Order: sequence, then C-alpha cells, then structure tokens
Amino acid sequence: MSKYFKAKTVDNISLNKHFRLLNLSPLSDIDIPQPGQFYMLQTGDTCDPLLKRPFSIFRHEENSLSFLYRIRGKGTLSLSRLKSGDIINAIGPLGNSYPVPDGDFIALAGGIGIASLLPLMRKFKERAYLFYGARSKEELVMMDEAKAVSKESFITTDDGSEGKKGLITDSLMKFFNSLPITHHPLPLYACGPTPMLRELYRIIKSKIQNPKSQIIECYVSMEEYMACGVGVCLGCVVKVRSQEPVDSSQKWIYKRVCKEGPVFDIKDIIWE
Amino acid sequence: MGITPNSELRIPNLSVDIAGLKLKNPVMTASGTFGYGEEYSEFLDLNRLGAIVVKGLSITPRQGNPTPRIVETPAGMLNAIGLQNIGVNVFIRDKLPFLRQFDIPVIVNFFGDSIDEYIHAAEMLSNAEGVHALEMNISCPNKQAGWIVFGTDPKTMEQVVTAVRKATRLPLIVKLSPNVTDIGLMAKIAENAGADAVSLINTITGMVVDVKKQRPVLANNTGGLSGPAVRPIAVRMVWEVYKVVKIPIIGMGGIINANDALEFLIAGARAVAVGTANFINPNVTIEIIEGLEKFLIDEGFSDINEIIGSLKIS
Repeated sequence: MSKYFKAKTVDNISLNKHFRLLNLSPLSDIDIPQPGQFYMLQTGDTCDPLLKRPFSIFRHEENSLSFLYRIRGKGTLSLSRLKSGDIINAIGPLGNSYPVPDGDFIALAGGIGIASLLPLMRKFKERAYLFYGARSKEELVMMDEAKAVSKESFITTDDGSEGKKGLITDSLMKFFNSLPITHHPLPLYACGPTPMLRELYRIIKSKIQNPKSQIIECYVSMEEYMACGVGVCLGCVVKVRSQEPVDSSQKWIYKRVCKEGPVFDIKDIIWE
Repeated sequence: MGITPNSELRIPNLSVDIAGLKLKNPVMTASGTFGYGEEYSEFLDLNRLGAIVVKGLSITPRQGNPTPRIVETPAGMLNAIGLQNIGVNVFIRDKLPFLRQFDIPVIVNFFGDSIDEYIHAAEMLSNAEGVHALEMNISCPNKQAGWIVFGTDPKTMEQVVTAVRKATRLPLIVKLSPNVTDIGLMAKIAENAGADAVSLINTITGMVVDVKKQRPVLANNTGGLSGPAVRPIAVRMVWEVYKVVKIPIIGMGGIINANDALEFLIAGARAVAVGTANFINPNVTIEIIEGLEKFLIDEGFSDINEIIGSLKIS
C-alpha cells in the first residue's frame, strides 16, 4: 500500500557534478518498496516547482530510503538544495515492480537507469549479467557497487573513458551471438534512455523472429512526465498493444506508467 | 451543579446546500484530478469530503491525446489529456458500485461532441443509481457546428444547456470556461437555460514553447492551465458571476489551502473544488476542511454560510 508521509533529510551527498544521493528518514511507518517501484518526492517548499517528481527507489533499509538522481531540470536542481534536517513530503511506494527472476538474469542499464536496477541486483546477488553503458566514466554512477553485486559485468562508454568504447546494446548483441542459439535465454531487465530501449526492442524482435531461438522475457522500466503518480492525472501514458482497443481502428490502448507500470514487457510497448 | 458548556456546540456549521444537495462541508474534488474516487481512497476517508466530482465522461470511451500531455509551469501546470475516459457505460458498471458505499454526493462530470451526445450521456447517468448531480463540461468543441467550443459561444451554450436541462431531473451544474470576454454573461445564460448551479473556472488555455526545438512542448500544442498561477483570475471571475446570478457558485482554480478556499467563499462561492493540489498532497482536501473549521472558530463564526459572499467592497 502506498502512503503519503513526511521524511527527514539525513544527507544529500554530491557524488560528482552530475549525481547525488539523497537519504531520507521517514517520520512514520512506511511499506517496504520492491525493486522497480518509485516515490513521488516534493522537491522544494514554494509553488515553483509545484509538482512532485518521480524517483526510483535506490536503496531501502530499516527506516531509510535512498534515491540516486541526476541534476537535470528545475525539480532535481531544487532537490539538490535539500539540507540535512529538511523535511519533505513523499508518496510511495508506487507502481509495479520487476518480476522476480528464476535464476540468472541480465540487467541492462543506461546511465542513471542503474538507480532502478541496483535494488534488483542487490536482492539477487551475483545472479546478474550487468550491461552498463554511459557517455563517459564519470557518468557511470555507482559502477563499483553494481559490478560487485553482479556475476559478470560488461561496461561501455561513448568516449571510451571506461570499459569498451561504443554502445552497450552492441555489447549485449555480441553476448547474445556468443551463446548457442539453443541456450536457455536469460530474462532481461532494462532501464535507461529511450534510444537504448528502442534499440533493445529491435534486438529482441530480431531474436523473436528467428524460429530457432527461444522467447526472451524482457522487462523495461518506462519514464514519462507525471503529475500525480497515483493514476488519476493520465499524464504519463504509453501506447501498449491491446486486443481490446478503445478505437477499433487501432490495436493499442494507453496505459499509465505510474499505475500499470513503470515496468512493462518490452513486447507490449509500441515503440515509435 | 451548573450547566457545563458542551464543547460540541461550539463546532461551527460547515454544511452548505448546492442545488438541492446537502454537503457536509463546502469542499469537493475537481473533475479530472481525483479519478473515480478509488485511486485516492487509500490516502483519505472519502466520507469526509463535501462531495466527489469524478473524471469527465462521454458516451463512448476516449483514447485522449498523444504525449507529452502535461508540462509544469511557474506555480501551475498545463494539461492536454484530451478527455481520455472509460465511457459512461463502463463507469456505471465498474466504478459507480464502489462510490455507492460512501455517504457523500457523487457528482458526475460529462461532455459530448454534439448536443445529441450530451443529451444521451445525461439521460444514461440520470438513470444510474448513485449519481446525485451532473456537471456539464462545456469547454469542448461542437462537431456539428464547425467545432465552435460550446462554452465560449453564448448561443451554442444556451442550446446545449437548454437541451440537457430537459434530459435530466438531477441537479445540473454548468462548468464555465474562463476563455471568454464576459464570464458573468455566460453564467447568466446558463442560469436562464435552467442550470441549478455554475462551477468555475475550467482551465485557461495556454502554451509552452521548447525554444531549442522551436515547437510547443505539448503534443496538442496548447493545454489548460491550472494551479496557484490561475487563482487570482478565478477569484475575480467568481466575484463577477456572484454579482449577476442567483444560483449557487462552486469556485475553483488553484486552491491549495484553507486560506485560498476562503477567498473563493468570501467572493461568493458556496462551495469550492480542489484540483491540481490533490496531485501534490493527496490529503489536501481534508486539511482544507480542517482549516476552514479552525478559521471559523478563530474568527468567531458559527456557520460557514455567514462568510459566503461576505466580500466588502469600498
């Protein structure tokens, strides 16, 4: 069950010029978040920014919630100004979560997408084949921890400052190609920028179309602008394939990232 | 033994009458910001609300607009959801039974693309058990009349309100668009056409431009502005309408606390609706109800009706 609660800022640590880690201590009992769920956090104490912002849960410990974020707009800039002792309002945990993997799995993270995947990787320690890509070394936030909890890791950067130079989806493709086609496919969990997810879909689709390969379970965490986080504003919708469309000339319906998501089966999303 | 003062006697009256509905207090939810009630029921006790106004419905379900549908603005937000909704039938079948368990008036917001669609929706909703009043959204275009927005053209508005009035016996609230030159005139037309109450304001049309792409941010280009940014405009419009109509007014537009709600009540609204603020604080309606009660006690009023329309103009 999600709750509306107040939380005290424990600290708000600057990791480098892009990333920060916000540690909150809820002032009332909260429910345990599952990997993939998110919270709506108040980012300032004036009417600008007005709306809360969604953040994936990065770490949950007894009476503490941590959020890893990148300063990108007005909301995150305002959040970065929170000081120890400051009280903010929050709503959560919200949304669905990553389905539990049976055995080993692949975690594909693009940049800050690692924030949503690390709780899953921590929970199922040394079961993840990590594929983690970013623009440069300094944008590979939390790389050491991510590698430490993984079974094996593959790292890429656009500029070659860490790991292989190139796209992480290319590394994933190579990994797939190195396995025998009859190899039991590992479930895949992905979070990152839309171009990465779109490329992932292209890879998965080409595997599906190969009659010899087995179906890959693939789950992606989606991002959209949202106002409420609880399913009422209908701002955060994505197009999802449907047998019962609202408009009979279409084969899709809108689903809410905040309520039916943020985790979707990649094959259900209409990638445009 | 002397008579001990009964502390309960000092609790001021918060109940108000709107178009034949008795509200426990003047605080309701604004359509489109509270879903069909269920979504927020895990955060607050719906029974404490004055009334619940559900997301706007049409005869047939609607897919709504492409994304981005929302963008934040200083002290507000623009939305262009495009009236996405499940349709009247699914609402009656799947959502209304949940709402029937609460002891509060359920007001259903509805709209259409044509006068016939308005009539059809009003008739179906009027026959459903558990609908206590209708709120007409007239801020949508009439496809039978060159896509003129019903609520911004006096003649079209008069026609649609007159037609819906004949189609329902339920209390009829007309939700006025602020995108007009003279909102007092529009309110007067609604009253003459048989409305039992007016609610105002709907959102104000706006646009945000992405300067790097040189495009509007919203896929729909324009959207409706809500939030604290619109509040002074909304209060002014409530005051203008209060001067010219006799039917009750439901005031809304950027209310985020009890003080904001009081501005509307003093300017002439008999009830208020809370919209965008629900997104920020799911419990805000309850906090506003408690804040109103505290204000009345602190200021020595025994009844909320004493402050409605109490604006002093020098």
